[in-house]
Amino acid sequence: MYTGSITVAETPLLRYVLGRADDALVLGHRLSEWCGHGPMLEEDMALSNMALDLIGQARALYTYAGEVEGAGRDEDAYAYLRDVTGYANVLLVEQPNGDFARTIVRQLLFSAFIDPYWRALMASTDQTLAAIAAKAEKESAYHLRHASEWTIRLGDGTAESHARAQQALDELWPFTGELFTVSAAERGLVDAGIAIDPEALRAGWHAIVARVAGRATLTLPADGWMQRGGREGRHSEHLGHLLSDLQYLQRAFPGARW
Amino acid sequence: MYSQSLNQQVADTTGPDDAAAAARFQTRIDAEERIEPNDWMPAAYRRTLVRQISQHAHSEIVGMLPEGNWITRAPSLRRKAALIAKVQDECGHGMYLYAAAETLGVTREQLVDELLSGKAKYSSIFNYPTLTWADIGAIGWLVDGAAIMNQIPLCRCSYGPYSRAMIRVCKEESFHQRQGYEIMLTLARGTAAQKAMAQDALNRWWWPCLMMFGPPDAQSQHSDASTRWKIKRFSNDALRQKFVDATVPQAHFLGLTLPDPALRFNEATAHWEFGEIDWTEFKQVLAGNGPCNRDRMAARRAAHANGEWVRNAALAYAAKERARAAAGAA
Amino acid sequence: MSTPTTPLWEVFIRSRTGLAHKHVGSLHAADATLAVQAARDLYTRRGEGNSVWVVPSSAITASDPADKGLMFDPADSKVYRHPTFYEVPDEVGHM
Repeated sequence: MYTGSITVAETPLLRYVLGRADDALVLGHRLSEWCGHGPMLEEDMALSNMALDLIGQARALYTYAGEVEGAGRDEDAYAYLRDVTGYANVLLVEQPNGDFARTIVRQLLFSAFIDPYWRALMASTDQTLAAIAAKAEKESAYHLRHASEWTIRLGDGTAESHARAQQALDELWPFTGELFTVSAAERGLVDAGIAIDPEALRAGWHAIVARVAGRATLTLPADGWMQRGGREGRHSEHLGHLLSDLQYLQRAFPGARW
Repeated sequence: MYSQSLNQQVADTTGPDDAAAAARFQTRIDAEERIEPNDWMPAAYRRTLVRQISQHAHSEIVGMLPEGNWITRAPSLRRKAALIAKVQDECGHGMYLYAAAETLGVTREQLVDELLSGKAKYSSIFNYPTLTWADIGAIGWLVDGAAIMNQIPLCRCSYGPYSRAMIRVCKEESFHQRQGYEIMLTLARGTAAQKAMAQDALNRWWWPCLMMFGPPDAQSQHSDASTRWKIKRFSNDALRQKFVDATVPQAHFLGLTLPDPALRFNEATAHWEFGEIDWTEFKQVLAGNGPCNRDRMAARRAAHANGEWVRNAALAYAAKERARAAAGAA
Repeated sequence: MSTPTTPLWEVFIRSRTGLAHKHVGSLHAADATLAVQAARDLYTRRGEGNSVWVVPSSAITASDPADKGLMFDPADSKVYRHPTFYEVPDEVGHM
């Protein structure tokens, strides 16, 4: 029976799995906010499909977190009963949708990272993570394609769409550095072959983003100061509002089943 | 589903052959043949279909809003995924229906403009607010239940593209009502607060759902011609009764009370008799005075306006690509 | 108020059973790439297919309904094109 916020054990594997799950849930939640409000019906369908992919990934990862922790918690306990500081997603995914350009560029920056990441994680010594990665990779590959095609069209479309896409890229760029950070605890998982070193993906990520930006006639911002803190639970103010929506019913009616 | 260019050459013929053509047309309808986009059809048949199919499409799209209101607040990840998939289906169904209407020589853009300008109508039910999570259960169970009553006969509608769209819609919607009923059942068997939430939702949605079938047969404007053309196969009142008969036992199974003191089972007719529907409320909602009419239209207008630069960007890029391809070939 | 129109595309899906691509409906997209993506997102979300074709609706040429008689009725009388036209004794077995 749920009675209030939960605190989870700070074991490296649990923390790692929850971080990946939180990335997927928070980004999926953001995309689902578009449902019914997209720029054309075809994109309502597309954004909802991506939201469903990501929420599905989050569910698989939270369920695995429950096994890792062994405290009898299910997927919803992690999603609905951790407070903001317990969430370990990167700051990029919690950034508000903004206009369609910002949503698409956020999706591009994240998908260009997570797709190669899942592909590499398919070789994890952890069989469950390897299996989740294999399924997620097909989904993220499509997200990357969708976001790339739209980034190209917005960047090389009209003057207005170009300006909006460039602004989105400029404003989201400082959140990309965090994708490649590894905590001390995660370093141990990398060494054990369970997790992978994101630093090894940096050049590939940059090449993908640069190629898409080039076709989109967009200018890649210079690497200045990079925001970070999400993985350690130090989030932007946006995440709290997202969670107060997401967790409202579970918090208002403790212990109820839905 | 068929090209615009095809349809433009089939403007209704006028002249001495008209009566003969109309007679041949009715013979085909009576023989249960399907009418296809480039077949001859009376102008009134075309107009009726454009109006009905586009209203149906608008209803699907506006119908995304009340349920979409709870996507971010769904109480479990399983419920969240199901709700997104359901609201997404409604978007898809709107798209199938717009496409069916487009086979009659109109464009989606024209139809959307008619919705946003307030000229075109959509189902009155979507002008009611979703106040609690139980409303999501009530909508799935009752609103989708009522919609299915309407839509199953439309699978045999005389107009081929509409009928085919409805077959696909009915197939996909089969999970919607079950999803809603499962939510209601969970609430009805949950805590006292959850059961009260379910009862409150039923109280608010029951009468508007009965109104969904439209005015009583005696007052319906469009039924005669639509019936003759086999666009409509059952009257408003017949479908409404069918819905009540199917739904009352489901409510009893939930242990909930329908908000109608006049409700009683007539042993002789084997039908559930129900009380007076407040048709004044129905007319007011249709006239734009429902609790959410303005919010719904504002949301659709905002989505359309905010998406304009995106649609323009895609068109501009496509034009540039064509120009680049032409320059490359030259 | 007039809105610029986004082109209409016809969508064909090959089902998983390996049958030929079949017309499933239409959608709007500014170009072919977006049309393929939109077709995938709209028409295959329940695992309906493993291949998509999109064709601009304006590229389709259809037979004229007025020609239905001269186009299609003449085939009705060519019964010798069907196996049941020919008699083979039962003793021969399945052929």
